[in-house]
Amino acid sequence: MKAKTRGLTPFLAHLDGGVDAGQPDWAVALRRSGLTVYREEGLPHPKIEAWKYTRLDGLTRTAFEADVAAPGGLTVPDGRVAGMTEAHRLVFVNGRHNPELSDDNLADNGIEIATLGAPEAAPGWVTERIGRVLDLDGMPLAALNAALWRDGAAIKVADGAQLQKPLHLIFLAAASTPAMFQARHLLIAGRGSRATVIESHVGQEGAPTFSNSVMEMVLEDAAVLDHAKLVDEATHSFHIAATALSVGQGARYNGFVLTLGGRLVRNETRVHLAAEGAECRLGGAYVAAGDAVVDNTVFVDHASPGAASRVTFRGVIDDTARGVFQGKTLVRPQAQKTDGHQLHKALLLSPGAEIDAKPELEIYADDVKCGHGATAAQLDEDMVFYFLARGIPEASARRLLVEAFLGDVVGEIESPEIADAMSSALARRLAEIRTDHGA
Amino acid sequence: MALLEIRDLRVEVAGKEILRGISLDVEAGKVHAIMGPNGSGKSTLSHVIAGRPGYDVTGGGVRFDGLDLLEMKADERARKGVFLAFQYPVEIPGVTTTTFLRHALNARRREHGELELDAMEFVKVMRRKTKELGITDDLLKRPVNVGFSGGEKKRNEILQMAILEPRLAVLDETDSGLDIDALKVVSDGINALRSADRGVLLITHYQRLLDYVVPDRVHVLAHGRIVKSGGKELALELEETGYAEFLDSAAA
Repeated sequence: MKAKTRGLTPFLAHLDGGVDAGQPDWAVALRRSGLTVYREEGLPHPKIEAWKYTRLDGLTRTAFEADVAAPGGLTVPDGRVAGMTEAHRLVFVNGRHNPELSDDNLADNGIEIATLGAPEAAPGWVTERIGRVLDLDGMPLAALNAALWRDGAAIKVADGAQLQKPLHLIFLAAASTPAMFQARHLLIAGRGSRATVIESHVGQEGAPTFSNSVMEMVLEDAAVLDHAKLVDEATHSFHIAATALSVGQGARYNGFVLTLGGRLVRNETRVHLAAEGAECRLGGAYVAAGDAVVDNTVFVDHASPGAASRVTFRGVIDDTARGVFQGKTLVRPQAQKTDGHQLHKALLLSPGAEIDAKPELEIYADDVKCGHGATAAQLDEDMVFYFLARGIPEASARRLLVEAFLGDVVGEIESPEIADAMSSALARRLAEIRTDHGA
Repeated sequence: MALLEIRDLRVEVAGKEILRGISLDVEAGKVHAIMGPNGSGKSTLSHVIAGRPGYDVTGGGVRFDGLDLLEMKADERARKGVFLAFQYPVEIPGVTTTTFLRHALNARRREHGELELDAMEFVKVMRRKTKELGITDDLLKRPVNVGFSGGEKKRNEILQMAILEPRLAVLDETDSGLDIDALKVVSDGINALRSADRGVLLITHYQRLLDYVVPDRVHVLAHGRIVKSGGKELALELEETGYAEFLDSAAA
């Protein structure tokens, strides 16, 4: 067995009265399991393979406090959250459910929504399923979340329900002193249901925030879930999130992760293709500028035969920013007829930009179609010249090329409303960045 | 004053002299053809006029409409009305021909103090031009040149030229690799552009294009110099004799 180098275990002071204080059994059990793993593994450091490229030193240098109130008069920044015109809104501020900013009536045919600020009031479907999708082993920050969570969204789509309106989960971060929050979410898509769920994580400039969230999603047999996550945190803020999925027989997950801002963003997606014919299409795009680090880590576990996964990420990296892509596809011995592909492409806009990409395939079945790849390139100067030769100014030429590069993955999004929302968010962000370093 | 005035132009690429003193006037309303063997400097001349980076002008100058062309950046030259039809048109994944051309036309319109066209207005302009040129609309929705055949790429260059309505069109071996139908579309496009206030510089290796686009003047470029100039009959003469005589005389 590999010797573990234990990391520091900051943030435990946030436990206050301990894990047991006035909590129902299920919550205590979840917190204890989280605490055990976090105490054992500690804060990830570069000697841990999964965190080799993403250093968390910056986290421990800031005195983050829990339960920091947001400045008064906070509203949802409509220009920055995903532009979903017709959607139910459920809003959280600094990790806490905010009923004032949320839609009054979230009830739709076939959807049940609960928030977890009062664990004793959680419905049975939450207490039975929470903590069952994500294995905390090797996931110390998710474990920290399991120990410390205070609130979250729980969503259940009824069997066979076809939701008419998307559900938009909006997470605002706004603080005048350093704030950390650990929201914990659960989504259950019932058998044969179809739903669209968007997350917008948007930070307001001010004191740094640290959002450490966990989303567990269960797609029961034949469910279809269109899911997108937009991350646009403030310049000095940290966003670490684990999204764990269990995809049932013939169920299909269409996911997209768009990262536009934040000092350090790690989107970790763990997909368990649990039954025959399960399908996962996960796309992603990011823009990393300044000295930001954007990490997309994806683990796809093909545990059943005939399942398919397609993971396609593209990133544009500017200034001295860094992109990290770790993609691993595991094909277990029983997972014959697996169709598993992953691809990461990076576009480096400046000499100081960096990409660390690690695509991995681990295959134990012999009748599979699998592939992976990673490329890194600069803007093609022949292409730039073609624009110039038609009179298009250089800055516009470069921006159009960058937009086209990322637009390729956005174009693969199945849901037109998600595709529209993602591409307008992207266009807005790209209008802000300089693209002329290479000139 | 000619539309384009090239005076004793000397150009080096990576320390090697490619153009060794070229002088040429292209007047508005005229079509000039430049013919020559491979390696004579034909493409270098077209790139220098268009403003492609990587060429060092070591002597002489180029004036366009009285302005010092070499002082301008490539995009500015294009907006002022210089158009280069590429020998190898570039593929631009993810940018449709429509988007590309709308940006190009609007950049030019802004330069000339005209209002930009919105997407709808622009589509009308495109439709009209494709119809005039006999080019199918489906090229427009596809990413620029991506997966186009050689002929489609060249037609796309001609379409762009027709939409941008340049003052000076430089066509760099636009005829190479075309079948007869594509050659017809391309030459019709060039002929349609001919007018009293436009100049055309046709760069070609073969005489064939000149059957369709009849030039006013023909120049032979060899070893970086114009070694002979004449009327349209010079092209026919070259077809007979080939370039061998010029290669010998220029090298001597």
